[in-house]
Amino acid sequence: MLLDIQNIDVLYDDFQVIWDVSLNVKEGEMVALLGPNGSGKSTILNTTSNLITPKKGSIKFNGEEISNLPTFKRTEIGISHVLERRRVFPHLTVLQNLNLGAYHPKAKEMRQDSLEKIYKIFPKLSQREDQLASTMSGGEQQMLAIARGLMGMPKLLMVDEPFLGLSPMVTKDLINIFKNIVENGISILFVEQNVRLALSMATRGFVLESGRLVISGDSKDLIDSGEVRRVFLGN
Amino acid sequence: MQAVISGLLMGLIYALIASGLSLIFGLMEIVNFAHGEHLMLAMFSSFWLWALLGLDPIVSIPITILILAVCGIATHYFLIRYVLKAKMLVQICATFGLAIFIRSFAQFLWTPDFRNVADPMLSGRIEFAGIFIGQPQFTAAIVCLFAFIGLYWFVTKTETGLALQATSQDRQAAEVLGVPSNKMFALGWGLGLGCVAIAGSMMSSYFYIFPDVGINFSLFAFVAVALGGFGSILGCLYAGIIIGLVESLGGLLIDPSFKLLYVFAIYLLVVVFKPQGMFGRY
Ligand SMILES: Nc1ncnc2c1ncn2[C@@H]1O[C@H](COP(=O)(O)OP(=O)(O)O)[C@@H](O)[C@H]1O
Ligand SMILES: [Mg+2]
Repeated sequence: MLLDIQNIDVLYDDFQVIWDVSLNVKEGEMVALLGPNGSGKSTILNTTSNLITPKKGSIKFNGEEISNLPTFKRTEIGISHVLERRRVFPHLTVLQNLNLGAYHPKAKEMRQDSLEKIYKIFPKLSQREDQLASTMSGGEQQMLAIARGLMGMPKLLMVDEPFLGLSPMVTKDLINIFKNIVENGISILFVEQNVRLALSMATRGFVLESGRLVISGDSKDLIDSGEVRRVFLGN
Repeated sequence: MQAVISGLLMGLIYALIASGLSLIFGLMEIVNFAHGEHLMLAMFSSFWLWALLGLDPIVSIPITILILAVCGIATHYFLIRYVLKAKMLVQICATFGLAIFIRSFAQFLWTPDFRNVADPMLSGRIEFAGIFIGQPQFTAAIVCLFAFIGLYWFVTKTETGLALQATSQDRQAAEVLGVPSNKMFALGWGLGLGCVAIAGSMMSSYFYIFPDVGINFSLFAFVAVALGGFGSILGCLYAGIIIGLVESLGGLLIDPSFKLLYVFAIYLLVVVFKPQGMFGRY
């Protein structure tokens, strides 16, 4: 098991938003984290990066307990987190953004190699090296954010709502890119609200409702599940 | 012409002081209300290194930089770190309280007396085409300009400088990429007060040194930061020069006792017409 989250509770101050959630990702797997708005999907990813520390439960990565490892040390052990709404550095160039993705020493050493690989996946970025990130379109910024995450040479790439606001064309490109990434041996855990889209890509899915895990399993089982339909359609 | 030159020279010093303030603000949205007091500490550091060890302010610059940088890093670890997530009013009280604390402490330790470095290495005047400029003023301005260029180069061209910018633009995004924001904040405080150390050292050759000396300088630095665009370092250079010129020309053309007023008139104009300042980021 690459990522193994067990029975976590998460609170913002004293307001609990996650109750007893468990979730796992195996090596080389693409997993979808589903749920309506405000159900706690981003909070789960943020907890995995320790942007917020769980009150209870355990988070293991590659078998090691990491609940207390500070956020900035997590890229080094192989976790990259692409935050919700892209969050590129607006006043830095595309290349500067990418370079910052390879910040820890191991990634820094391989920076040129990684850059070449990434330009093969995202050819548009190489033409835009010197452009400020803020001047790119939403879709391009999403690509940049994902590329920046890959520069850290992760074993697990976590992406929060990557398809939000993308055109159908760009969405299709990104789906292919995700497949490509997984074929290269990197696991993906992504958050998505469109159940059909998410389950057509992922091998497994986890469904949250109001901070609780309601159902999880193989995509093909979830896609026809009445429980999933109830969570998203409310009937 | 004389007034233009001396305004320009003073402006370069304001620019460096303001960049320190701006750097800290841009990084963590905290206004260092103790900036003037830190400048005062830098001047006293120069003074005591001269009075006790016989080191000229020029010679002791590295020591003063070190003292102030350590002071800045300590300020972050022992005070700022605890108020980072607090409400703005709490943050204001923290640095404002620090200012009052440092000033009172200086009065207690060193009395409110005016002191000066007698017989500094930099003294006398130099002449350019009929214009006389004080040697210490001239050198101070040049040193501050070079320090400014060095700071700008560091922030925009080095790896650590980029990480600093990343932290200032999006703390969480930088943190998930592996940039330890706490260290970046400490670095920002060290650099910010390092700027003040250089300006303070250079000025101690020709300014009286007393516990309240920093007050006017910090006011000018706030104006420069507002004028230059909050968080913009390059903006501080232009704003510092504008303030130096306005102060000097205003004093010459109208009445020297009102020169502070002119500077604040500019400030008010900018606040009313261009509240985001004249320049963007970095
Ligand atoms: N920084 C925060 N402080 C307080 N409450 C928050 C914060 N972020 C999210 N929440 C709350 O936590 C719950 C889950 O939010 P989130 O994880 O963002 O959901 P999702 O990503 O599934 O839309 C929501 O009720 C939201 O209001
Ligand atoms: Mg979310």
